[in-house]
This record gives sequence, C-alpha cells and structure tokens, in this order.
Amino acid sequence: LTGKPSQFSTDEKPNSFEEITNYNNFYEFGTGKEDPARYADSLTTDPWSVEIGGLVDRPGSYGVDDLAPDNALEERIYRLRCVEAWSMVVPWIGVPLVSVLNKVGVQPSAKYVAFETLYRPEEMPGQNRPFLDWPYREGLRLDEAMNPLAILATGLYSDPLPNQNGAPIRLVVPWKYGFKSIKSVVKITLTDTQPVATWNALQPSEYGFYANVNPQVDHPRWSQATERKIGGGLFGGREETLMFNGYAEQVASLYAGMDLAKNY
Amino acid sequence: MQRKLNDLFRRLPVWAVWAAGLIPLALLVWDTFMGGLGIDPIRDIEHRLGRTALYFLIASLCVTPLLRVAGISLMKFRRALGLLAFTYAGLHVLSWLTMDMGFLWAQMGRDIIKRPYLLLGMVGFVILLALAVTSNNASIRRMGGQAWRKLHKLVYLAAPLVALHWILALKVFPVTPGFWLVVILALLGLRVAIPRPLKRSRPARA
Repeated sequence: LTGKPSQFSTDEKPNSFEEITNYNNFYEFGTGKEDPARYADSLTTDPWSVEIGGLVDRPGSYGVDDLAPDNALEERIYRLRCVEAWSMVVPWIGVPLVSVLNKVGVQPSAKYVAFETLYRPEEMPGQNRPFLDWPYREGLRLDEAMNPLAILATGLYSDPLPNQNGAPIRLVVPWKYGFKSIKSVVKITLTDTQPVATWNALQPSEYGFYANVNPQVDHPRWSQATERKIGGGLFGGREETLMFNGYAEQVASLYAGMDLAKNY
Repeated sequence: MQRKLNDLFRRLPVWAVWAAGLIPLALLVWDTFMGGLGIDPIRDIEHRLGRTALYFLIASLCVTPLLRVAGISLMKFRRALGLLAFTYAGLHVLSWLTMDMGFLWAQMGRDIIKRPYLLLGMVGFVILLALAVTSNNASIRRMGGQAWRKLHKLVYLAAPLVALHWILALKVFPVTPGFWLVVILALLGLRVAIPRPLKRSRPARA
C-alpha cells in the first residue's frame, strides 16, 4: 500500500511498526494495551461495508475500496496523543474524510457526523463485558469532519491497517485525544443533533464531546500539560503537550470564540 | 497440621523470606535488561513495583488474623513482609519520579495536590515510610509498646488508600484492584471482629 506524501505530515520520526501495533487501546479486545495485538486476529474484516446514512443525498452501503480507492490514498504522518498522557507518531495511509462526505453528498441541514464501530461480540471478546456501552460511538461537528486533517485510514506504513489498529477502516483526527479516532467503522450518519460519544456518555466530567488536545485543561484525575513519548527509552523524560496536539494552525479557527475550558 | 506448620516456620530463617521477597525485583531487573517488558517499559516497571508493594502489604496484614483464626504464627516474618512492601513502594515512587515524570518537580507537586489518586498514593507511602523507619527493636523500646502499636495500626489506613490509588488511576472500574480492596477490608474486619487477647486467660480456680 502506498500513499501520496502530504503537506500535513509531521517530519518527526514515526514510531516503529512493532510499537504501533503492540500498544493499543481497543477495548473491544480487552482493556490491556497488549490485548488488541493478542486477540484481534479473530476479527473478520473482509467482507466489510460501511453504512452511510442520515442527512445525505446518496445513502447506502459502501465498500472500503469505494471510500478509499488506491489512487486517492495519501500518507499522513501524524502525532497521536492519548488522553492517558502518552504519545506516538504514526504513518497512516488513508483518504481525507471530506472526500467521503462529498461522495455521499451532505445535505445542508446536517450539522454533525456520527460514527459507529462494529458490534460483533463473538469476534470481539471485550464486547462480552459491559465496561463500555457497546457499540463504541463517536462524533464530530460537520466543520471538524470537513477539515482536511481528518482522515479515514486504511493503512499503516505500507501495510493494510492491522486489526488491532482498527481495520479495515478507521477515523483519525490528530488534534483530538486518541479515543475520538474511532476504529473499525461500520456506520457513518449525518445528523442535525450532537451524536452520542461513548466516553463522553460514560463519564462526561472527564471526557468531553470535543476532546481537543489541550495542555491547559486537565483531565480531572491527571494533568494534560506534558506527555511521555512511547519509544523514548527509560529516561527519555516528558515533553510539553502542544495546543491541539501541534495542529493549531489548521484547526484553531474551528473553535474561535469558544470557551475551551467549558467545551473540553 | 498446625503444629507441623508452626515447627516448619520456626526453623525457617527470616533471611529466607527476604530472599524470596526480592525475587520479583530480580525478575523485573532481568526483564528490563533482556527486553522482556512491553512497548512501554516505564509503565510496566512502575506498575509491577506498585502491585508487588501492595501484595506484600496485604501479606503482612494476614499475619495477625492467621494467628488468631488458625493459630499459625508467622509473627517472626511480619517485619520482613512490611519492609519488603516498603521497599517496593519506595522503588515504585522512585520510578514515577525519575522515569515517568522525568524530575518535573513543579508538575509533580501540583499533581499530588490536585489528583486524588496521587494524593492517596502519597499519603499511603508517607505512612509506610513512618512504619518502616520505626520497624526495629530500638524504636519499639524508645516509643514503648503501646505507642508503637498505635502508630503501626496506621497500616490499616495505608492499605485501603493504596488500593484506592490503584483504582483511581485507571479509566474504567478495574476488577483486580477492586478485589484487593475487598480483601483488605475483610482483613480489617477480622481484626475488629476478633479482638486482641490482652490478658492470658488463666484457668479458673475451683
């Protein structure tokens, strides 16, 4: 798998394939960071279809190749900042989300985009336990979804997306905490009301709908001012977390005039 | 059975408990240098040290109930178990300070005050520190048995604080530390339910 280089890629050195594929939060396969690598093999990703509906002109069931054809793929090397205060740099292959939205034709009344992960407990053992309200759901405001940084990824390095990273197709929104970047998407719905987001619904005081990376707004139980880079060695120390994870230039205008301490 | 066990424990030297108690540390050092830790070795080191500290703390809490309920005496090992718990707790705090936080003193200071999980952990650690430095015969003599015992009852505060510290550090309610908190509360309950026999009961005279 190859993708055209992009002006949005960071020039920081990406984490290794091994690091990116063995340290995952994907609670559908268990709450341990090693669980997804251990158990995600059981997931069937072919055939796969994404049901796109709601306030769109061309609703329907779309295959991964329809949404992310080979000739449209781009490489996006993005920083990833987890809400748990660690970070990585990941070379994704994918397409801008806006290209998919244009394909299905967003109606003028649409204001939000809702996403849903596959619910298949026989292949996703974590779903047999009720620590989250399955299926996993996330959402973006429409202007966030249209931002060129938001992508649907189908590859990692030059490989098709490994199961533990959200195969076969996942959202990546690099200026938000990792949990917004929903994995193994089967449903995209355009709506005029703010959609349910799983972590936000579970613990609204800790996980906001926006979940923008913001060093000034702490998680109630830990600081977000700094982060630890995975792969930094035993004494690599911590780095300052950047506003919008370093993507302020591209996205700060989306939140002009908003109180980000309230809309966290 | 009870006598056999007590005989066995009488013959077992305290250093054997120390030696066995340092095996988890040796394994951790081995894993650290042989690449046996995961993608985020800092987290693994920190968490393994913390977990081991709690397990030794719980082991030390079991000594008295075991004597009162089953008549099995591990009393001679209790100090070693407690000091082992403190050793692992100290290394756990040290790994947080150096590897996890990278000596960001200002952030650590702010975090401890603001974050309940850190505050609970730190209070637990300070208690263990106070108990560790008084875990010697000289301290017992200097303080007097009653005052010493009073101080060391704080372990029943430290243990649940440490378990809560673990629970609060995680995103979803975790089963393992929840289980250990229940165990600690049960041990505390046993201490309350079966009081210390203050006077040896003498056979009544006819």
